[in-house]
Amino acid sequence: MLKYTLKRFLWAIITLWVIITITFIIMKIIPGNPFAKEGPMPPAIFNNLQKHYNLDKPEIVQYGLYLKSLLQLDFGPSMKSKTLTVNDYIKKGFPVSLHLGLQALVIAITFGLILGVIAALNHNRWPDYLSMVIAIIGISVPSFILATFLIQYFAVYLKVLPVATWKSWSHTVLPSISLAMLPTAYLARLMRSSMLEVMNQDFILTAKAKGLSRSMIIIKHAIRNAILPVVTVLGITTANLVTGSFIIEHIFGIPGMGEMFVKSIFNRDYSVILGSTVFYSAILIFLIFIVDVAYTWIDPRIKVAKENI
Amino acid sequence: MEKQMKLTEDMFQPAVDNFKEAEKIARPSMSYWADAWRRLKTNKLAMFGLIIIILLLIMAIIGPYLNGFTYYEQDFTKKNLKPNAEHWFGTDTSGRDLFTRAWYGARISLFIGFMAALIDFLVGVVYGGISAIRGGRTDNVMMRIAEVLYAIPYLLMVILVMIAMKRGIWPIIIAMTITGWIPMARLVRGQVLQLKELEFVHAANAMGANMGWILRKHMIPNTLGPILVNLTLTVPTAIFAEATLSYLGLGVQPPQASWGTLVNDALGSIHIGNLYQLYIPAILISLTMLAFNVFGDGLRDALDPRLRN
Repeated sequence: MLKYTLKRFLWAIITLWVIITITFIIMKIIPGNPFAKEGPMPPAIFNNLQKHYNLDKPEIVQYGLYLKSLLQLDFGPSMKSKTLTVNDYIKKGFPVSLHLGLQALVIAITFGLILGVIAALNHNRWPDYLSMVIAIIGISVPSFILATFLIQYFAVYLKVLPVATWKSWSHTVLPSISLAMLPTAYLARLMRSSMLEVMNQDFILTAKAKGLSRSMIIIKHAIRNAILPVVTVLGITTANLVTGSFIIEHIFGIPGMGEMFVKSIFNRDYSVILGSTVFYSAILIFLIFIVDVAYTWIDPRIKVAKENI
Repeated sequence: MEKQMKLTEDMFQPAVDNFKEAEKIARPSMSYWADAWRRLKTNKLAMFGLIIIILLLIMAIIGPYLNGFTYYEQDFTKKNLKPNAEHWFGTDTSGRDLFTRAWYGARISLFIGFMAALIDFLVGVVYGGISAIRGGRTDNVMMRIAEVLYAIPYLLMVILVMIAMKRGIWPIIIAMTITGWIPMARLVRGQVLQLKELEFVHAANAMGANMGWILRKHMIPNTLGPILVNLTLTVPTAIFAEATLSYLGLGVQPPQASWGTLVNDALGSIHIGNLYQLYIPAILISLTMLAFNVFGDGLRDALDPRLRN
């Protein structure tokens, strides 16, 4: 168990390093100069700017310096803002994004599991079809389209919920729903098929035979076993939430990490792009690592199966 | 005295070949594909998806020529027209005909979707195939590389690569396939590894079939089903990613149009009440995603009836 955890951890570190390197290389091969937009400037200023951002040194040295500062959890200065560093951006944006992401995750897990269980228990009857229609719509409608229609209907037409900015809890409702739609649909489909499989197992039959009530069978035996595959996709679900939040935060004008990332793309602020990519990847890889380890802990059968492949 | 049995000529006639009747195959033989097609035809939802896909493809080919306008022609005397007899879907903020643009966009979005799926398929089959057939150390190294790359969130990677490249259709396709092939490679590897151990492959081996024959006659036909399903589900993912890129301003350049850029353009004029400009590309994107998703699900059920609950 400890050996497995250590091995996973080592791979997580290697993965993160590969991502940092790839992102760094991409940022270096972008044609043009980050200061091109500022207009013509005297060579002395240009040279000072180059020096300030270490751009006058050879690329391999820049890479080394960047890795070193990352180890000290320093993501470097922003190239567009005079006073703010990438760390400042993250400190400001991340709590907002975390709030939005967690709210969306709670919605997705709650409704995804409920829809999936209802669908499986009413297999091939109307609740099943209804749940799956909701799920397929959730997968088919891109989040930015859903968000636009939610804004049009609830904010512009009905005027019941505010949009834009991030002040009160009511500001968080529409973005959370828009963000949660896709993972809800995925989880519902997964939970349905997993639940259907479990309900056909022998131990359910045994439970029925010994006279357990239907609700007892469902709660004690079926759901607890069916939920296992759902745990494995939680890492991916979080990744979906994170990348989904780029667009959602941009639409709703939420001052989070996603909006910051999109803005830095528009502004070509390379150090912010690099920093936020590394930060995002670190969080995701850490989450996937936790899920992996937690999963073998919850279900010891998995590890055996993994080693046999 | 008992009568001697008389042996006549007709006792020595060859038997009527009745037994051959019993062995006769009463129904026409069904190949795997014919069988799958028969099952698919009974799935109404999947057939609905297939019909929508075919209609979209036809319209993507002929749609831009149907009403005599071009996708780039601007007419500022006729901007923001609601759908009418002359402009069937209305016009946009530059007075371009939206009917023509919508189908021209279909052409680009579908082209990107299919091309991305095709490249994923080619790279994935070669990579996964080599990894599984070579096995051992090669397999280990190749799969580790794939695993590390796969940990990078898909959309994040696509955005990063797009920042470094010029705008255009091919850069988008390249950005999508840079890590998009990995699920396919893992799928192919898993399938080939499983098949390698099956009896009929051993039998073919024992009877002296060479590797090429086994690949052509056993491996490829048996892996094609899951691969096909995966491909059907790759197309909507690519279309979705393209729409997101265009939404972030990293998509195709004007005057070219994709569904994503149409949505993005429409959002710019939503405040002056031109909702119809948003409805059309939004419906088209959602319909395409829906069609591919239900068709893919149906195809999976038809190709592998064991999976069906």
